[in-house]
Amino acid sequence: MLKSTAAALVLATILPASAFAECVEVTQGNITVSAAWSRATIGTERPAVFYVTIRNDGGSDERLVGIETPVADMPMLHESVMENGAARMSHVDQIVIAPIDAVSLEPGGYHGMLMDLQTELVEGTTFPVTLLFEKSGPVTIDTAVLPLRAREAACEEAL
Amino acid sequence: MLKNIRIALWVAVAVALVGVGALLWHADRQEQAAAFKPEFSLPDEAGTIYTAADFRGKHVLVFFGFTNCPDICPTTMAEVAQVMDDLGPEAAEVQPVFISVDPVRDRESGLGEYLEAFHPSILGLAGDEAATQAAVGSFKVFGERHEDASAPGGYTMSHSSSLYLLGPRGDWLRQFEYGTPADDITADLKERL
Ligand SMILES: [Cu+2]
Repeated sequence: MLKSTAAALVLATILPASAFAECVEVTQGNITVSAAWSRATIGTERPAVFYVTIRNDGGSDERLVGIETPVADMPMLHESVMENGAARMSHVDQIVIAPIDAVSLEPGGYHGMLMDLQTELVEGTTFPVTLLFEKSGPVTIDTAVLPLRAREAACEEAL
Repeated sequence: MLKNIRIALWVAVAVALVGVGALLWHADRQEQAAAFKPEFSLPDEAGTIYTAADFRGKHVLVFFGFTNCPDICPTTMAEVAQVMDDLGPEAAEVQPVFISVDPVRDRESGLGEYLEAFHPSILGLAGDEAATQAAVGSFKVFGERHEDASAPGGYTMSHSSSLYLLGPRGDWLRQFEYGTPADDITADLKERL
């Protein structure tokens, strides 16, 4: 009885903590990168996606100028744009993060487009992505592979 | 006094005229909407041809997309999957259909397996160029190829990003714009079912 109560108590503490786990966060200089996630893929034929939140605590603009990852030979910054109800993706050279502001790469907007996928992305695993910043240099973060059906990061952003 | 009554009567006439006009306009709009029955005739991966008429009696939720699209398309299919889960037993009265605007590539990479991963109810259709353009035209939507060196295979597609809802007689009911939360779509469908 005592044992099961204790187990229940432990579970009650752990479960909410894991359901709303705080996002992995990496800080370098004025830049904090968090909530990196992707969707599982079927094989390697189709491009995968990369979403992340970037916060700039500095006093001037910062620019994300590219991404690199061992899982894809052709990673690129993309933006989905809507024109008269039609969606299209296009390449963007840079993403500006204003001072004391945050920018999210998220569904329907900016995203990392991971082309020439080298390995299938398996749900529940992670892979590293390095974000290349103009001033702060490279910042590497572990990216969570969520189910294909995921619509948002599975963690709480500490913004 | 008499003058005031006369003015009041004229005001009443004007209000009545505007009302009748609005009713006529509304009826006309409904008739136009009721007359619009988008058509398609496209094969699934096994080669079975499906037309809009095959789903009479069901509500049909149509999306035009392509599977080399890792952002808009999976996000919308995830919403559709959520809607189908949330509808419970009523999901049997709704047929989600994904019409490929990039049919050759989507057939090669396995459209059925991809959609199945979102929800087993989603039917993927990928025809030839002519049948695809006929469907796109019939829905009065958009799906066009763009050469683009920064896209896989050197090209990408721009495509209408809404979900289109057809009624049980194949008539156009409405569209859900990209980003409409699954809960809103489910609530709308539940009212109709
Ligand atoms: Cu893209």
